[in-house]
Amino acid sequence: MSSLSYAAPTTVDEAVKLLAGASGLAKVLSGGTDLLVQLRAGRLKPDLIVDTKKIPGIIGIRKGSDGGFVIGAATPGAEVEANAELNAAWPGIVEALDLIGSTQVQGRCSLAGNLCNASPAADSVPALFAAGAIAVVVGGKGKREVPVEQIPTGPGRTSLGKDEFILEFKLPPRGARSGDAYLRFIPRTEMDIAVVGCGINVTLDEKGVCTAARVALGAVSPTVIMVPEAAQVLVGHTLDADTLAKLDAAAQAAAKPITDKRGTVEYRKKVAGVLARRVAAIAFDRAQGKTNGKAH
Amino acid sequence: MAKQHVTAVINGEETEFLCETQQTMLDVLRDVIGLTGSKEGCASGDCGACSVIVDGRLVCSCLMLGVEAEGKTITTIEGVADGETLHPVQQKFLEHAALQCGFCTPGLIVAAKALLDENPNPTETEARYWLAGNLCRCTGYDKVIRAVMDAAAVMRGEAAR
Repeated sequence: MSSLSYAAPTTVDEAVKLLAGASGLAKVLSGGTDLLVQLRAGRLKPDLIVDTKKIPGIIGIRKGSDGGFVIGAATPGAEVEANAELNAAWPGIVEALDLIGSTQVQGRCSLAGNLCNASPAADSVPALFAAGAIAVVVGGKGKREVPVEQIPTGPGRTSLGKDEFILEFKLPPRGARSGDAYLRFIPRTEMDIAVVGCGINVTLDEKGVCTAARVALGAVSPTVIMVPEAAQVLVGHTLDADTLAKLDAAAQAAAKPITDKRGTVEYRKKVAGVLARRVAAIAFDRAQGKTNGKAH
Repeated sequence: MAKQHVTAVINGEETEFLCETQQTMLDVLRDVIGLTGSKEGCASGDCGACSVIVDGRLVCSCLMLGVEAEGKTITTIEGVADGETLHPVQQKFLEHAALQCGFCTPGLIVAAKALLDENPNPTETEARYWLAGNLCRCTGYDKVIRAVMDAAAVMRGEAAR
């Protein structure tokens, strides 16, 4: 006999009540591409699964009142990648999400799932951090807007309360001469987990000088991290050799990886610097309208 | 918790079933409904042997709960052929001998059908990336790709059946 309950609420209030009232562990289900694996492996033994996909707005992409994109938390990767407008404005986010798993996984995997699974190596997360995305969190105390970098707190852990979940992500309005990019390093071409990942988002002036930058690194720390030192290196400069060398050094210095089967500490630090250079080059090109297609 | 009652359209037929929360769609297909064409290779979404099409999207049925099927339209390998007439992908898999042990074949055929439903004229690179989540331990990928590209040409009316 099973003691695992399932509910598919059709409103936020109903979902919050279910989560708040759960006697044991309750898990939020979006695409399930991590959750079902954890259930199967016995790593998680929840008493309740709350499937959020029937809540209006949690799947889909729209424009917010400020002109920025709003992406429903459980929108599958395949639907995000099919959105031409989002691809044009935020190619870094789209290419990062697209790297998660296979075509089959893309049919289900979501930004909220990737963020809340809180893997240090999550591909879409450095790109969301770099974009300055805001998570709209709903819970018993109402709605709050949280910068995405405040959601993961450690491997598999988040800052969300028991009765909270992410409803949608807000991306800031896209200004002129802005570009983002994401690259990860893996030892093969597909179907692997990042040894290091890097997301960068920049805004330039008419002369190609960087006026704003955000740099994030994945798989080099217990969570994906923002690297403000690397962003500071870019601001006020074009992407010349000196700036690239300083960016490389700042990324290496910020990386605090572990040695595991995917790479050693020394290797990961080196790769963090190399990726930062390459991602910055793509982001700067995109900001200047030099489209070079996908970054990978 | 009592078993849940689910209604879905599976291979064109309205189907009702009872399942427990933790049963995956793959468990339901194989053990409840008796559609054993979809295979369990890894049960963790890595191998693609359990691929099905849900509301037009290719997914691993091992990564979906059976209860999530409520109101959905699902195509499994059993629904790919049109009665006794094989789908061009199935026909070309036979002609190109694009299988050895056959365990990955249902998933590959469903995945290839989903590709050609969405993109009737894929490049070989697109087809290879699309099918990267379908593992074949007999390593017969080249014949698979030839079969898929040939089936695509047939479906576009550019090659003989």
